[in-house]
Amino acid sequence: MDQLLYASEVLVNGLMTGVMYSLVALGFVLIFKASGVFNYAQGVLALFAALTLVGIQQGQVPFAHLINAITGSHISSFGWTVPSLLAILLTALVMVGLAILIETLVLKHLVGQEPIIMFMATIGLAYFLEGLGDIMWGADVKTLDVGLPQGISETAEAWTAALTGYGFFIDRLDIWATVIAALLVAALVAFSQYTKQGRAMRAVADDHQAALSVGISLRFIWVMVWSIAGFVALVAGIMWGTKSGVQFSLSLIALKALPVLMLGGFTSIPGAIVGGLIIGVGEKLFEFYVGPLVGGATEAWFAYVLALIFLVFRPQGLFGERIIERV
Amino acid sequence: MSPTSPTILSELAPPPAAPAPGTDGYITADGRKIGGVLMDLRHITLRFGGVTAIKDISFDIREGEIRAIIGPNGAGKSSMMNVMSGFYVPQEGEVWFRGAKRPPMRPYQVARQGLARTFQNIALFDGMSVLDNIMTGRLTMMKSSLLEQALWWGRAEAEETRHREQVEKIIDFLEIQNIRKTPVGRLPYGLKKRVELARALAAEPKLLMLDEPMAGMNVEEKEDMSRFILDVNDEFGTTIALIEHDMGVVMDLSDRVVVMDYGRKIGDGTPDEVRNNQEVIDAYLGVAHD
Repeated sequence: MDQLLYASEVLVNGLMTGVMYSLVALGFVLIFKASGVFNYAQGVLALFAALTLVGIQQGQVPFAHLINAITGSHISSFGWTVPSLLAILLTALVMVGLAILIETLVLKHLVGQEPIIMFMATIGLAYFLEGLGDIMWGADVKTLDVGLPQGISETAEAWTAALTGYGFFIDRLDIWATVIAALLVAALVAFSQYTKQGRAMRAVADDHQAALSVGISLRFIWVMVWSIAGFVALVAGIMWGTKSGVQFSLSLIALKALPVLMLGGFTSIPGAIVGGLIIGVGEKLFEFYVGPLVGGATEAWFAYVLALIFLVFRPQGLFGERIIERV
Repeated sequence: MSPTSPTILSELAPPPAAPAPGTDGYITADGRKIGGVLMDLRHITLRFGGVTAIKDISFDIREGEIRAIIGPNGAGKSSMMNVMSGFYVPQEGEVWFRGAKRPPMRPYQVARQGLARTFQNIALFDGMSVLDNIMTGRLTMMKSSLLEQALWWGRAEAEETRHREQVEKIIDFLEIQNIRKTPVGRLPYGLKKRVELARALAAEPKLLMLDEPMAGMNVEEKEDMSRFILDVNDEFGTTIALIEHDMGVVMDLSDRVVVMDYGRKIGDGTPDEVRNNQEVIDAYLGVAHD
């Protein structure tokens, strides 16, 4: 009985971790749906958003190191702190500005190119953004606190204790992350299904030429999609940054999004969610049951093996569009 | 616009082959009034590198008319349509639309001016339902902002309902009620062509351009499509420019015909005039060059 309860606790925590994976995967799906581009820079986008948020919040002077090196000054901070909500808003604006820049400087010149070329461009973009983040805000590990509750949730512990006689350990941040992710997904799905811009977005994803012929501006849609992806990256950046500090390894969480996408399908928003949850729960339960038998540390590879199995048996993922070739 | 020529006259004498721009139009043999010039193409030349796809072509399209562009394979018909819809920018020449010279524009801007088109190789959104596909045709008419749409607030809902009503009318008109929710990718070829027409119609275009609307269709499908084209012109008064291979279809449908061959215009006039034009006969049947 205890074993089972403990497993359920692992399961719940796995679900929570899965939500975090889903958040990152969402950004990938959005851009892939709208432009057929696998955006390698999505992880870095999350890092950049988190860096910018901390920078604005703490009143850091952007490019301080650069300015100091050139002018010999010793500035580092404006000496004010910005309220969390305002800082988040400002960061969202920065992400929109970034989307416009990416469209004007990179994407516009690659219209009609093979997806692989766009993909290579996003790799370049990833390294550029990482460097830009470094030079703007510095490379030190920062703590991010936007007022999200953290630590063990006593309520959850009390509830589960009352129900099962065993109090679950659940991080309050994870609960919040789940709620926010759920809201974000609901909003995104509603947006893409029921609004004219959402419809235009799906249209662009489907056929550029046809989209142009009905009067859709590709550039507007791309800026919009990258802005939304930037916003999702910001949310993911806040969650991960709060959990484990804003550091450059944050960009590596993008790697965990890959198996999530292979499971859920590259083109499905619900797929990104379910995929994230399966990976989250799967790797925690696998570690719990099988880990001890093979010496542990299964979390590092479980997701990738699962993704490989999926690639063999269902390459389009759980919710991806089936590719039907007409001959 | 005041078309004054009496009907009786047009029955006696064939209408003028190509009325000069600015004149008031003419009355067709079946009594429809054709208005002033809607689109005027002046000395269009289009080159791809060393290849001249269109060579100094001028013609006009009048309000309410069904205007066909015909010609053998590779004559430059589709290129011409791409110039008209802004997908290609000609090296020389001017496009006049509704009495004003069109500045250089992107295709989506041209579409917003009131030009809708279909493509030779159907360009639909395969992953979306028939209804959603047709709704995209009305995107440019929706005025509510991104924010209103995102929050489903203000004008957004009323607008969606209103446009949906219009789209349902078009669906009824083209008799595709039963496939409303079907993803387009699953439809047979003939129906896809019809959905593409529906999407173009949904934009309530001033000029509807059809690039080979009947290519690859069987006789029955062709008859249906011909009927729809005539009905659209008749009921909505939509001006239609169409490219077609099938001479029989073209002659039955159109009021005036432009004939192209090797990028040049070799004939322009009523179907009867074009049919008796020696150059056109040569182009279609082939002639021995010395």
